[in-house]
Amino acid sequence: MITRSELPLRVINSSPEAVAKAKARARRSFRQIRTENVFKRTLMIAGLLMIVLVLGICLTLAWQSRLSISALGPKYLWSKVWDPVQDIYGAWPFLLGTLLTSFLALIISIPFSISIAIFLGEYHPKGWLPNFLKNAVELIAAVPSVIYGFWGLAVLVPIVRSFESSIGVQPVGVGIFSSSLILAVMIIPYAASLGRSMISLVPSHLKEAAYGLGATRWEVIRSVVLPYTKSGLFAGILLSLGRALGETMAVTMVIGNTSLIPKSIFAPGNTMASVIANEFTEADKPVYLSALIELGLVLFLVTVVINLIGKKIIDRFTND
Amino acid sequence: MKVNSFKIGRTLVAGAFFTITSFAMVSCGGGGSTSGADSTAAAGSSDNMLTGAGSSFDNPLFSKQFSEYDKANNQKINYQSVGSGAGISQLTAKTVEFGASDAPMNGKQDSALTAPVVHIPITAGAVVLSYNLPEVKDTLLLTPGVLAEIFLGHIKKWNDPKIAAINKSAKLPATDITIAHRSDGSGTSNIFTTYLSKVSEDWNKTVGKGSSVNWPVGLGGKGNEGVAGLIKQTPGAIGYIELAYAVQNNMAYAKVQNKAGNYITPSIASVTAAANIQIPADTKVSLTNTDAADGYPIASFSWVIIYKEQKYGDRTLDRATRLVKLIQWMIHDGQNYSAALTYAPLAPAAVSAGDAVLKSVTFDGKPVLQ
Repeated sequence: MITRSELPLRVINSSPEAVAKAKARARRSFRQIRTENVFKRTLMIAGLLMIVLVLGICLTLAWQSRLSISALGPKYLWSKVWDPVQDIYGAWPFLLGTLLTSFLALIISIPFSISIAIFLGEYHPKGWLPNFLKNAVELIAAVPSVIYGFWGLAVLVPIVRSFESSIGVQPVGVGIFSSSLILAVMIIPYAASLGRSMISLVPSHLKEAAYGLGATRWEVIRSVVLPYTKSGLFAGILLSLGRALGETMAVTMVIGNTSLIPKSIFAPGNTMASVIANEFTEADKPVYLSALIELGLVLFLVTVVINLIGKKIIDRFTND
Repeated sequence: MKVNSFKIGRTLVAGAFFTITSFAMVSCGGGGSTSGADSTAAAGSSDNMLTGAGSSFDNPLFSKQFSEYDKANNQKINYQSVGSGAGISQLTAKTVEFGASDAPMNGKQDSALTAPVVHIPITAGAVVLSYNLPEVKDTLLLTPGVLAEIFLGHIKKWNDPKIAAINKSAKLPATDITIAHRSDGSGTSNIFTTYLSKVSEDWNKTVGKGSSVNWPVGLGGKGNEGVAGLIKQTPGAIGYIELAYAVQNNMAYAKVQNKAGNYITPSIASVTAAANIQIPADTKVSLTNTDAADGYPIASFSWVIIYKEQKYGDRTLDRATRLVKLIQWMIHDGQNYSAALTYAPLAPAAVSAGDAVLKSVTFDGKPVLQ
């Protein structure tokens, strides 16, 4: 920061030492101004680079799928058949699978994420056990998704299979249910971490005012903490949903990979990310490849739409 | 506190410069192979290494063959196991010198080529039907018709009369049949669906053949390991995997009735027998539903594909000769390493057909092999 005392507004003393000192001060000030400019420009470049990158991805996807768009038209979105042999492609079963698994995973994980956030943010913000819990939750996010896939295939799927045979459904084990369970475990840390930091930022004078009026712990959380952190918690949930929509490896190992529309929650299905990962390297026809890239474009647009809706809801929260 | 602004300015400029150059390097150095492997040297570079890419089925055999060849002839070969389709794309783009594929190039891939290619059969493999029926002690017998109906979803239970009619001595349980197929595009699927299209008109009309098809029923697993895992874990499951995989994992597999009416056990011997048929000059023959009397019906060659005219880019005669000599070694002495890795050695008819094709490879119009 250039302070007023350093700016040479007037040279009162014109002795050579004073002039030299004034010149040095002027040089330093100009250097500081240049530094400020360089810094601001670097920040702007970094920001613009991100926008350029996202736009570039969107345009590349759209350009590479032009073959499939011109061949199949808009009914790609609701067509149910994915037949590489006859070049008939439809994204509906995979769109359904992606939305089903992601939202189901979100519903299963929300109670856990919010509970962890409240426990670590409100009840026990300090101490060795809460620290351990915090690190364990963040470790869940650090485990590679392939490991979750293996664990799912080796441990979860047999459990689900015996559960399915006990309730009378065909005991395959893999399916929408298993993949939703694994996704739920994987996305807990995102909402939990963000929620915890939001909750710990609630100003204590608000809570103390409520306590002063005779509120219990639960009433303070319900009427002061949660309304205050509503938008932050929702942003965390949106982050979890975004992760669930794009998750590929863990899902592809336990979802059963059929292109048929799942008839029940225990039936096998498929997601868009899983189909792209599986079939991309061996796509030997240009329309096939283009259809897969169009699937990627659909996934990209679905994510964008869901994020926009989420932002709208957050705005509604903060304006209340 | 006086802040040394000049030092901050310098650090920021250095940081920005570093970020931008690293972005530039990433964007220029990217592109190339889809699967992680060593970087490929462009065809015709002055490097001594020969480069190839393609089928993952061939990968174990090639690894052994290439290391033995390097020991004997001091010739390094870099092979990327990225899948048949990707291998063919890289050959078309001339980023590798040879491609390896479980199926010969189809019409669309042919039309993308700028120069003609030749196919040389390099090994043969079998696709076996593995199943999970712990109560059935004898090996299951399957006819082509029953197999097609199972995979079409018409036969739903193991104790269906059609299956019981062929397996009279086995006590088949009343479990539901769960099909396991490949979820990723694969040469194994290509071989299996080509066979089913040949033996079942119903299958040919509704599903067809290809490395990725619209399976009417069943669960998908990723890779041979995925399908094997599904079969092992699901009681009453049946699926198709490579012979090498089934043998190494001690899985039960069925005997399939071939065109001559014999029930053949899949093995190296029965695959070699299946390949001992009349091979056309371009070697693009399908071994499925073979005419050979004791040949296993669901078998196929795997081919190495190179350009017929080796003078392209900045390739030299020396490089072309080394490539053709490598492939010649692979179909002769290289076959000694097949049996240990559960690959079927090439039958004599296939070796002579391969030799004839190699003699037709030219450099600047003159044959490479004298």
